[in-house]
Amino acid sequence: MTGQANAGRPNQLLRNLHSKIASIPMILTAVVIFLGGTLWTVFYSFTNSKLLPRLSFVGLDQYERLWAAPRWLISIQNLAIYGVFSLIFSLVIGFLLAALMDQKIRFENAFRTIFLYPFALSFIVTGLVWQWILNPEFGVQSVVRSLGWSSFTFDPLYNSNIVIYGILIAALWQGTGLVMCLMLAGLRGIDEDIWKAARVDGIPMWKTYVLIIIPMMRAVFITTLVIIASGIVRVYDLVVAQTSGGPGISSEVPAKYVYDYMFQAQNLGQGFAASTMMLITVAIIIVPWAYLEFGGRKRG
Amino acid sequence: MADTVTLKGQAAHAAASRLTPGPQGKKPRPMFSPRNIMVYGALIFAAAYYLLPLYVMVVTSLKGMPEIRLGNIFSPPLEITFEPWVKAWSSACTGLNCDGLSRGFWNSVRITIPSTIVSIAIASVNGYALANWRFKGADLFFTILIVGAFIPYQVMIYPIVIVLREMGLYGSLTGLIIVHTIFGMPILTLLFRNYFTSLPEELFKAARVDGAGFWTIYFKIMLPMSLPIFVVAMILQVTGIWNDFLFGVVFTRPEYYPMTVQLNNIVNSVQGVKEYNVNMAATILTGAVPLIVYFVSGRLFVRGIAAGAVKG
Amino acid sequence: MKLRLLAAALAATVVLPFGIANAADLEVTHWWTSGGEAAAVAELAKAFDATGNKWVDGAIAGSGGTARPIMVSRITGGDPMGATQFNHGRQAEELVQSGLMRDLTDIATKESWKDIVKPSSLLDSCTIDGKIYCAPVNIHSWQWLWLSNAAFKTAGVDVPKNWDEFVAAAPALEKAGIVPLAVGGQPWQSAGAFDVLMVAIAGKDVFNKVFGDKDEEAAAGPEIAKVFKAADDARKMSKGSNVQDWNQATNLVITGKAGGQIMGDWAQGEFQLAGQKAGTDYTCLPGLGVNEIISTGGDAFYFPLLKDEEKSKAQEVLASTLLNPATQVAFNLKKGSLPVRGDVDLAAANDCMKKGLEILAKGNVIQGTDQLLSADSQKQKEDLFSEFFASSMTPEDAQKRFAEIIASAD
Repeated sequence: MTGQANAGRPNQLLRNLHSKIASIPMILTAVVIFLGGTLWTVFYSFTNSKLLPRLSFVGLDQYERLWAAPRWLISIQNLAIYGVFSLIFSLVIGFLLAALMDQKIRFENAFRTIFLYPFALSFIVTGLVWQWILNPEFGVQSVVRSLGWSSFTFDPLYNSNIVIYGILIAALWQGTGLVMCLMLAGLRGIDEDIWKAARVDGIPMWKTYVLIIIPMMRAVFITTLVIIASGIVRVYDLVVAQTSGGPGISSEVPAKYVYDYMFQAQNLGQGFAASTMMLITVAIIIVPWAYLEFGGRKRG
Repeated sequence: MADTVTLKGQAAHAAASRLTPGPQGKKPRPMFSPRNIMVYGALIFAAAYYLLPLYVMVVTSLKGMPEIRLGNIFSPPLEITFEPWVKAWSSACTGLNCDGLSRGFWNSVRITIPSTIVSIAIASVNGYALANWRFKGADLFFTILIVGAFIPYQVMIYPIVIVLREMGLYGSLTGLIIVHTIFGMPILTLLFRNYFTSLPEELFKAARVDGAGFWTIYFKIMLPMSLPIFVVAMILQVTGIWNDFLFGVVFTRPEYYPMTVQLNNIVNSVQGVKEYNVNMAATILTGAVPLIVYFVSGRLFVRGIAAGAVKG
Repeated sequence: MKLRLLAAALAATVVLPFGIANAADLEVTHWWTSGGEAAAVAELAKAFDATGNKWVDGAIAGSGGTARPIMVSRITGGDPMGATQFNHGRQAEELVQSGLMRDLTDIATKESWKDIVKPSSLLDSCTIDGKIYCAPVNIHSWQWLWLSNAAFKTAGVDVPKNWDEFVAAAPALEKAGIVPLAVGGQPWQSAGAFDVLMVAIAGKDVFNKVFGDKDEEAAAGPEIAKVFKAADDARKMSKGSNVQDWNQATNLVITGKAGGQIMGDWAQGEFQLAGQKAGTDYTCLPGLGVNEIISTGGDAFYFPLLKDEEKSKAQEVLASTLLNPATQVAFNLKKGSLPVRGDVDLAAANDCMKKGLEILAKGNVIQGTDQLLSADSQKQKEDLFSEFFASSMTPEDAQKRFAEIIASAD
C-alpha cells in the first residue's frame, strides 16, 4: 500500500485489473445473457423451430408471416398508443405532483406514501383491482347508474375501441408515483438560489419551471425515461391480468404475441421473429442514444 | 490518511443531507390563501384517485359474497367478516392443495432475501467500477446492459432455460437467484453508477493519494456513505422480486413456488362463482410485504432517489 | 466467476438433494383447477395413493395456455415432473421426438391397452414411431349445447331441440334480459364453438376434409360459408356475455342468466357440482341437436424420462392406475367425460353422459382438432375467432382468413 502511495498512482494494469475482476458479473450478463441471448434469438428466427429449437432454415418466412398477421399489427398499434400516452401522462402527472409536493406543504410524508404505494403492488394485483373497478356490472358504471344517470356507459375493458385506455388508467396508477418521486428528488436537488434569482427578476413561476428548472433536471429526466420506456416495451402482465388481450384481440401487445407463439402455439420460430422485431426497434431507438448518454463522457 | 478521509466524508454527508426533504428555511404562508387551496385541492384530488383501489380492495375483502353481488363496490361493508382473509391465507384451493397463500409465503422470503442481497452487492460494485475505475470497454458493456433493460422478459426465457440447464442450475433456488440478479442489474447499476459519480471526486482522489485500492475504497469510503442509495435499491429489488410471477414459476419447481404463484392460482381457479372477496384478501396479503417496506422506508426512498438519479 | 459458478453449482447440489425424501413421491402437473375438475383429479390422486405411492399435486391455474409453457420449460430445462397432463394429440410430439419422454410400450403391452382402449384412435395419438408414449385418461367431446331450462321458462318459450330453434328463440330471451348464448373471452372458447358449429352444420365429411386433409378449397367453399353465417348468429347472440373463464360462462347458464352455451362435456362437471339435474334443470344437445357426432379428444398423461429408478417405477404404477377400470369410472363420473375403455360399467352416469356413450358406441365419432392440427395452427385459429367474436368483421372476410390458415396449416 505505502509503496504504491509513494509511487503516486497505482499502476495502470493493476487498477484496471481490480475493476475488471469486479465487473466480471456485469460483463458476463451483458455479453452472455443480453447479447448472446439476443443473437441466439435472432439466429433461430430464421428457422422453423417449433417446440424445440432446431436448425432448419426457412429464410424470411417467419417475418413474412409475422407482418401478415392481424394480431401482430394490432399489437404494434396498441403498443404505440399505449407508449405515447403512457410516456406523456407519466411525465406530466409525475412532474405536476412533484411540483405540488415541492410547495413546502404539510403532510408531505402522507401524500408521498399515498402516491407511491401502488408501485409496491405487482401488475397482477393492479390488473385485478382495476378490472374489478372497471367492471360494468359492479364498478364505476353501475355506481353512477345507480345514482340515477342510467344511460352512463363506462366499460373500457369490454369495448374494443377504448380498451387500451382502460389498461392505461391502471398503468398510470401503478407507475406515476415513482415518477413523482424521481421528479421530486430532481426538484430538491436544485439550488434554492436559482428560485430566489428568478423571483428577483420577476419571472413567473410556471416560466421558471419550464425554462430554467426542467432543463436543469436533465439527468432525472433521463433516468425516468429509461425506467418508463423499458416498462412500456415490456408491458405484459398488466394486459394478461386485466383483459388477457381481449375483447377479441383488441388489447394484445407485442410481448404477449411473443410469449403466446413461443409457448402456447409451440412455434418458437415465429416467437423469435416477433422478439427480433421488438429488439431491433428497441436497438434503433436506444443504442445511439444510450451510447451518447452513457458512453464516451467524462466522469461527473 | 484516516483523518482526511473522515473529514471529507463528513463534508459529503453534509452535502447529501441538503437533499433531505422538508422545509428549507422559508417562512410558511397563511393556511387558507388561494394558492394553498389550489395546491391542497389538487393533491387531495390526486390522493383520492390513488387511494380508491386500495379502499375498494379492503372493503371488498371484508364483505361476504351475497353482499358483493347486491351492493356496489364502493359501499362500506354492512357486516364485516374476516372469513375471506382466513380463506385466502389458509384454505383456498388450487387443484388438490387447499392451503391458500400460506405455503408460498416462506418460499417468497427464501427467494427474496438472497436475491436482493446478491443482486445489490453485484450491482453496487458494478456501479462503483463504472463511476470510479473505468476501464476500456466498460461503457460498451454498460450500454449493452441498459439496452438489456428494454428486453421483454418473455424473450429471454428460452436462452436462460438453456444457460441454466447447461450450468446444472435449472429448477434450483440458486438458478432463480441468478436470474433475479441478471434482470435487476441494468437499473440498479445505473442508479449506483449515478450515485457514486455524484459523490465529491476529491474524496476518491484523496484516498487514492493515501494509497487505498479498489476494495479498500469501496468498503471503507463508498459503502459508509451510500445508505440512501442502498435503501432505494433494496426497495426496488424487494418489490420486484416479491412481485415476480414469471421467473418463479418457470425457473423453479413447486417446492419453491413463490406466493404470487398461489395468488395467480387462487385468482384464476374459479370454482363455481368468482369469489371476489377472497381474491381481494389474497391480493392484499400478497402485497403486504412490499407495502410495509414502503411505509417503513419511504422517507429514505426519496432521499436515495435524489442521490441516485439527480446527478448523472 | 467460473469458480463462483462452480461453487454455486456445488452448493446447489448440496442444498437440493434429489427431490423429496420419499422416493415414491410423484409430482403430477395439470391444469384442472375448476370445481368439477379438482373433484375429478382428487379421484386419481386417491387411487394412486392407495398403491403406496404419493401423488404430489402440481396444479397450475389459468388453463392449458398458462400451464403448458411451464411444463415444457421444466421438461426441456432438465428438471421434469413425474407425470404431466397434456391434451391428447400433438402437444407433446416434439418432446417425444427429442427423447425427453418415457416409452410406455412395455406396460401397455403387458396390460394390453391396444384391446381395451376404445376408440383406438386415442392410443394412436399416443403412438409415435410405433411406440406408446402416453396414457389416455378420458374422452372429451366438444359438440354439446348446454341449455338452461329456467332461462327459457322465464322467456316463455319451449326449450329448443336444436340449433335452429335456439337461434329462433334468441329474441325472446333477449327481451327477458337474458344473454342467449354465453361465450367466455378466452380465445379457445370461440375457436372451439366454431368447430362445433362446423360439425353440426357442414357435417363430418367436410370437417375431416378441412381439418384432416387441410383442404383449402373446402375451407373457402359454400358449406363453410354456411358455418360462418351460423357463427355470425352465435356472435350476435353472445353479446353481453362479459366473462372470461369457461366455467364463469357455464355459471351464467346454471344461474339462468344465459340461455345456453356451446362447450365441451367438461361443463357437465360444473352442473353436477351446482346440484343440477340433467333433463329437469338443464338440457344437453350433442352435436347441437343437428348432427349427433362427437369428437374424441381428451386428456392424456405423459411421463418424462427420469433418472431416479424408484420414481420410474412409480410412473409405471401411475400409468396402470390411470387405466384401471375403477379409477376410470370414479374419475370420469366427476369430470363429466367418457372413459377410455369400453368395458367399464357406467350405470351411475346421468342422461347426458349416457347420450354420449350411445353415440360413442354407434361409432359416430370424429377426431378432435387438437389431434388433427398443430398447436400453431390452433393458435392462429384462436386469434381469428376471438377477433371475429369481438368485432364486426364480416363472415366473408373471416372465411377468407380461415381458408388462408387452413392452406398453411400443418
